[in-house]
Amino acid sequence: MGALGKPIILMVGMYAFLKFVLPNIPGSAPLPSSLIFLYLLLTASGIVIFETLSGESKDAFWGPIQRFLTGENIGGLQALRYGVFILFPLLVGWQTYGSTAVSDLPPTESRTIHPAPPGEYTGLSNPVPKTPENIMQGKGFYAAYCSPCHGGNFDGKGPAARGYIPAPANFADPTTIAMLQESYLFWRIKKGGVGLPIEGAPWKSAMPRWEVELPDEWIWKIIMGEYDGAHQSPRTWE
Amino acid sequence: MSGIQEVETIQWALRAIRGQGRWLVGLLLMAGWFLLPSLGFAAEGTTAGPTEYRDIPYIGSRNLVWIVAQLHLLLAGFVLGVPIFAWLCEVIAWRGGEKRYDKLAKEFTKLLTSAYATTALFGGILLFLLVAFYPKLMNYLTDVFFPSFLLYCLLFLFETATLYLYWYGWDAMQHGRKKTLHVFLGFLLNFFALFIMIVPNAWATFQSSPVVLSEGTAFERAWAATWNPTWWPINIHRLIANVVLGGYICGAYAGVRYLSVKSTEDREHYDWMGYVGNFIGVFGLLALPFAGYWLMREIYQYNQQMGITLMGGFLSWLFIIQAMLIGVLFLGSNYYFWLGITHRIPGSEAKYRRAMLMMLISLLLCLAVWMTPHSLVASIEEAQKMGGAHHPLLGVLGVMSAKMTVSNLMILITFMSFVMYWRAGKQDTAGWAKLGKAVMGAVLVVASLAVIVLGIWGYFVPAIVRINYFSTSQVAIVGFVILTITPLTALLLKSAKTTTEMVWGSMPPRAGYALVLNAVMVILLMTLMGYARSSSRVHWHVYGVMRDTSPYAYSPALGSASLIMAFCTFFFCILVAFIFWVATMGDKYKTAGGAGKGELPHGIPAMAGGAPEERAQG
Repeated sequence: MGALGKPIILMVGMYAFLKFVLPNIPGSAPLPSSLIFLYLLLTASGIVIFETLSGESKDAFWGPIQRFLTGENIGGLQALRYGVFILFPLLVGWQTYGSTAVSDLPPTESRTIHPAPPGEYTGLSNPVPKTPENIMQGKGFYAAYCSPCHGGNFDGKGPAARGYIPAPANFADPTTIAMLQESYLFWRIKKGGVGLPIEGAPWKSAMPRWEVELPDEWIWKIIMGEYDGAHQSPRTWE
Repeated sequence: MSGIQEVETIQWALRAIRGQGRWLVGLLLMAGWFLLPSLGFAAEGTTAGPTEYRDIPYIGSRNLVWIVAQLHLLLAGFVLGVPIFAWLCEVIAWRGGEKRYDKLAKEFTKLLTSAYATTALFGGILLFLLVAFYPKLMNYLTDVFFPSFLLYCLLFLFETATLYLYWYGWDAMQHGRKKTLHVFLGFLLNFFALFIMIVPNAWATFQSSPVVLSEGTAFERAWAATWNPTWWPINIHRLIANVVLGGYICGAYAGVRYLSVKSTEDREHYDWMGYVGNFIGVFGLLALPFAGYWLMREIYQYNQQMGITLMGGFLSWLFIIQAMLIGVLFLGSNYYFWLGITHRIPGSEAKYRRAMLMMLISLLLCLAVWMTPHSLVASIEEAQKMGGAHHPLLGVLGVMSAKMTVSNLMILITFMSFVMYWRAGKQDTAGWAKLGKAVMGAVLVVASLAVIVLGIWGYFVPAIVRINYFSTSQVAIVGFVILTITPLTALLLKSAKTTTEMVWGSMPPRAGYALVLNAVMVILLMTLMGYARSSSRVHWHVYGVMRDTSPYAYSPALGSASLIMAFCTFFFCILVAFIFWVATMGDKYKTAGGAGKGELPHGIPAMAGGAPEERAQG
C-alpha cells in the first residue's frame, strides 16, 4: 500500500483544508459541497494523471488496488476486502437514496444573480451630466433611500442588511456593479425585485420598485453617487 | 404496380440481400427518419395567410433542425479543417523532403472525398428542413442574402472541382513543377474552403447581430448584412476551431488504429500520426481562447442583453461546463506530451518527472480557478453560511479577470510542455546554451508574473481598461513568449547532440485513449457552444428584428440541451468512424489481395498511400 499512501493522504488533506482550514481564514466562509466536490475531483484527476505517467508508477499505483480487489496475496486484508465489497454497494445505494428521496429541505439555490435586462433598457445611457453637484446629490439620495440596506460605505452592510437573505449587494466589491453598465442599474433600481425576469426565479430580491417613488432623474443620480462612493466605474465600451 | 406485385418485389429484394438484413432495416429506418418531415403539418392550421412554421410529431421541428444543423457544422468543421492540416503536411514534405508527411497528407485527403459528400448531404437536408419548418424566416433571409446564395453556389462548384483535382491528381503530380501545381491546388482548396465557411457565417451571425438596410440594391443590403459586428470574430474563431477539430480527430483516428494494429511498423506509424494530430490540435488550441474572448466581447458590446444572457445570465453556467471541457482538453494534451517524454524517450522520465509534476499542479490550480463559478450552487443552509450565493473569499475567482489570467497561464504551461518534449533526449552543445536557457527562463518567469499582476490589477480598474488593455496585453505577453522561445529553442537544438533516439510505437495504450478523449472533448465543446450561440438570441429568429412566434420560442434548459449535445457528439463520432471505414475499405481489400504491408516503404500501411507507382519507388 506504499505507493497508495501518498494519494490517500493528499485527498484527505485536501478535504480537511477545504472543509476546516479555508472557511476559518479571516473574511472567508464555509464552502458549499458542490465546490468541495469540484476541487476534490480535480485533485483525484491530478493524482491519476501523475501516477500513470510511467509504467513503473502506474504499476505501483494500480497494483495494490488490483491486488486488493482480486484478493491476490493480501494475507490478513481478506476480511477488509469482503467488507469493502459489502459496504461499497451499500454506500452507493445510500447516496442514491439520499439524492432521490423526498426531503423537507428547500431545493438547492440556482438563482441567476444578474439576469439579462429587457431590451428597452439595454441602449440607455445616463442622461444626467456627471458633475460634482449631481454626484453629491446622488449620494444624498443614496443615503436616504439605499444606505439602510446597502450601507453608508456602499459595502452592503447597512443597518437593515442583516434581515435579508441574500444579503444586499456590496457595491465596493469589484465583482458587482463594476461589471455592469449604468443602464443595468437603472433597470434594477427602477423595477426592483418584482421586475426581475423569469430567469431570475425564485425572485429572491427585497429591492423595492423605486419607480413608484423616485423620478428617473433621481435614479440616474443615485447610480452616479453609487459608483463614485464605491470607487468603482461602470462598464463602458469607449 | 399492384399490391401483390409490390409484396413480391420486397420479398425478392429481401432474398437477394440475405445476410444483409440488418443493413436493410437500418437503411429503411434511416429513410423513414428523413421522410418524417413529410408528416409535418402547418402550425398555422387552417388560418388564412402564408404558413410561418411547420412542425413534426414527437421530436419537434426545432430539435430536428438543431441536430441536423449541429451535425452539418461538425462535418463542415472537419471538412474545412482537414485540408488545412493536409496541405500543411504536404508543404512540410515538399520543402523538407520527409515523405511520411506527404503520405499522411494523402491519407487524410482520401477521407475528404467521402466526408465532403456527407457534409453536403447534411447541408442539403438542413436546407430542406429549414425551408419546410421555417418558411417565413427563410423567405426573409433569402430576401436579405440572395446575392450571397449565388456566390455560395459558385464557391461550392470551385471547391468541388479543386478537391477532385487535388485528390485524383495526387500521384500524377508528385514531381517537379507538377508538385508545385499540386501544392497550389491545395492552397486553392483551402482558399475556397475559407470562403465557403465565411459566407454562411454571415447568415448565422446576421441572426445574432443583424444590420438591416431598408433601402439600397440587393447587393448593398446583402453586403451590409454580411458585414455585421460578429461576422469576423466568428470567422476567426471557427477557422481556428476547425484546425483544432481536424488535428484532434486525426489524433483520435491514429489512437484507435494504434490500439488495434499488430505489427511494429504500424504501431510506429500510428504513434507518429497521433503525435502530429495532437500537435496540430494543441497548436490551434493555444490561440482559440483569445478568439473566443474577442467574439464574446463583440457580442457584449453589440447588445448588453445578449452579453449578460451569455456571461452572467441563464447561460453563464454553460461557461463552467465549457471550462471543464477545455480543462480536460488541456490536461489530455499535456498528458499525451508527458507520456511521449516518458515512453518515447527512454531515460527522460527521471529528468523531467519533477517538472511534469509542477506543470500538472499549475494546470490544476488554473483549472480550479477557471471552474469556480461566481454564483455557487448551494443549499439554503450553505448559502446562509456564505451570506449569499457568492463566496466572500473565492467569489473573486468567478469573474473574467481571473478567467483570462488562468487561461493565459494554461496556454503558457502547455507551450512549455511542448518545448520540454522538443528538448527531451538532446544535449546542448552551443557555446551560448547557458545564456540562451537563462534568457528563456527569465522571459517565462517575467511573463508569467506579468500575466498574474495584470490579472489582479484588473479588479481595480474600470472594465473597459481591463478589456481593451489588460486582457489584450496578457495575450500579447503570451504571444511574445511563444515567439521568443520557439526560435531560441530551434537555434539551440540545431547544434544539439541527440543523446536518446525517439522510439516510436512505444506509447502505452492509455495514450491512444487520451487522443480519443481529446477528440470527444472538442466535439462536445463545439456542440455546447453551438447551443450557446443559438440560445443567446433567446426568443428571436433575427435578434430584435424577427421574433420567434413558434411554440419553440424558448431556450431549452442546460440539462435537456445536454442530451441533444451528447447525441450529436455520439452520432458525429459514428459518422466519422463510418467515413474512415468506407475510405479505408479498398486498402484493406488490396492488402488482403497480396499487396501486403511488408512491401511498402518503411512498412507504411497501405492506406497511407496505396498508389502502385509509389510502392515501386519505395
